[in-house]
Amino acid sequence: MTAPGALLRREAVPLLVFLLLAAAPLLGFSHSHELTLMARAMILGIAAVSLSLLVGGAGLVSLGHAASMGFGCYAVVILDAANIVEAAIVVPVAIAAAALFSLVTGAVAIRTSGVHFIMITLAFGQMAYFTAASLAPYGGDDGYTLYARNTVFGRDWLQDRMAFHYVCLGLLVLAWLLCRVLLASRFGRVLRAARENPQRVLAVGFNPYPFRLVAYVIAGAVGGLAGVLLANATEFVAPAYISWQRSGELLFMVILGGVGSLHGAILGALAYVLLEEQLAALTEHWRMIFGPLLILCVLFLRGGLAGLLAPREAARHG
Amino acid sequence: MSLQLLLVQFLNGLQFGVLLFLVAAGLTLVFGVMDFINLAHGVQYMLGAYLGATFAAATGSFWLGLLLALPAALALGLVLEFLVFRHFYERDHLSQVLATFGVILFLNQAVKAIWGTAPLQVPIPALLSGGIEVMPGLQYPVFRLAIIAAGLATALLLWVLVERTRVGMLVRAGATNAPMVAALGVDIRRLFMVVFGFGAMLAGFAGVMAGPIFSVEPGMGDTVLILAFVVIVIGGIGSIRGAFVAALLVGLIDTVGKSLMPDLMRLFLDPSAARQAGAALASMLIYIAMAAILAIRPAGLFPVRAA
Repeated sequence: MTAPGALLRREAVPLLVFLLLAAAPLLGFSHSHELTLMARAMILGIAAVSLSLLVGGAGLVSLGHAASMGFGCYAVVILDAANIVEAAIVVPVAIAAAALFSLVTGAVAIRTSGVHFIMITLAFGQMAYFTAASLAPYGGDDGYTLYARNTVFGRDWLQDRMAFHYVCLGLLVLAWLLCRVLLASRFGRVLRAARENPQRVLAVGFNPYPFRLVAYVIAGAVGGLAGVLLANATEFVAPAYISWQRSGELLFMVILGGVGSLHGAILGALAYVLLEEQLAALTEHWRMIFGPLLILCVLFLRGGLAGLLAPREAARHG
Repeated sequence: MSLQLLLVQFLNGLQFGVLLFLVAAGLTLVFGVMDFINLAHGVQYMLGAYLGATFAAATGSFWLGLLLALPAALALGLVLEFLVFRHFYERDHLSQVLATFGVILFLNQAVKAIWGTAPLQVPIPALLSGGIEVMPGLQYPVFRLAIIAAGLATALLLWVLVERTRVGMLVRAGATNAPMVAALGVDIRRLFMVVFGFGAMLAGFAGVMAGPIFSVEPGMGDTVLILAFVVIVIGGIGSIRGAFVAALLVGLIDTVGKSLMPDLMRLFLDPSAARQAGAALASMLIYIAMAAILAIRPAGLFPVRAA
């Protein structure tokens, strides 16, 4: 165990980010627009952290992570259509559905590695996308409008934007903590070792496959949770939410923030949402600026934002 | 399901398959030789379609449009290679995925900015308009048959190039072991530019040919890209032969599945539910097929590299 002081120093950046997000509404950032933006950033942050567990932790570059968010979104929609809006039911169902999808697709995908893995996760993600688009009772391509947010034990707490802000923040902290603890555990050690050198891990007597699969399922489950929040935040769900572009954006958040650290994904999500907001205000064709910017970030910002904030940390991770 | 309808679906599937092959061929070679994963290959197909449509409208002739679009697609491919891709050859796959993703975002939006979001219509050239009787009482569009013929001819040409020429030999050697080829004194960078430009042109060619039968619209390349990925994963990355077999397989499964599935479902479900379940299942079919093939052969049907 490390001393509390050292722990505090090492995790200073994520703690500071969480503190700032907690304080933001109290410091005057409490207009509905700002709260919407921050909620979006935190929700994407949850998904990005879980993806970072896969990419940075296990070395599994998934290009279909948005699909697990999609399972969360569509769990909300399908239960809403059946008049079930209680979060105590919706959240477990969503997480279970996303985890099951990850288990089934992961069982096939993790048999492969490298570029095969990227393409297969992409293909499975598209499979989820086309399935969502063909769900005519739930709006098909046009999407589905939720009439209200989920209730929590019968109360409509989530309707209140401020409360929703703190719910998102709380879950973001939980997701980060879960992934952080996982990576630091014996389980995480095997994952990281298998990322560096699967042969040696095999030689030591560990089969990486079940470890990777469990990580994949956990990441999917957390993604499902993010999906529930996303559906509640926008009160609307469309297949576009889970298109492969969204998976690519999530991957970009992870890289932008820095693969070496989990909180990098949160920084990446915040930066991404802000960037998108700024550029979209500038021009309708903001993607023409965003695309080249993305390329430049990948080309030059190797340690990511987290690397800029903590140079020593970045050096340690290589 | 009549025999005639089945034949039509079979031909449609074949035609879709050869288009997929044209896109997948470049993708699989680029990946095979340079270990470079190019998500932007799909936008090259889209650019081909747009260039073909624009040149055809400007010159009033589909053929002149095709003739002008091919070198333009080649040039654009080489410009992209020069500006972006070559800086990422030494980087990991993750960086390559993201960089080429950035290219997609830019080009999809650029196409929207230049041509608008509305789909473009490309008239079928007069020479290939109308239908031909492929079976008593069954007319099939000549243009679609022409696509099949052009695709098969290109596949043959590609086979000759790859299997029977010196450049082809280097490409095959590069796909098997690129560092070794470089060590033997071959300029692997130039080889890659050739492969890359050729692949971009093939994708562009597929786009031009697809113009008159599919709608030419922004984002049209993304769908094709993902199917092309499925194709090269099934076929074995780097293998032209694998890409050919897998492209026809995917084209047929996708097209025939989409028409057969709702009918098949009707055996178990009531008509409206059958239509929905059938549509959903049909769109999943190729991914299920991919998962099944990979479960048996993780490196694809015709693995190139001993992995």
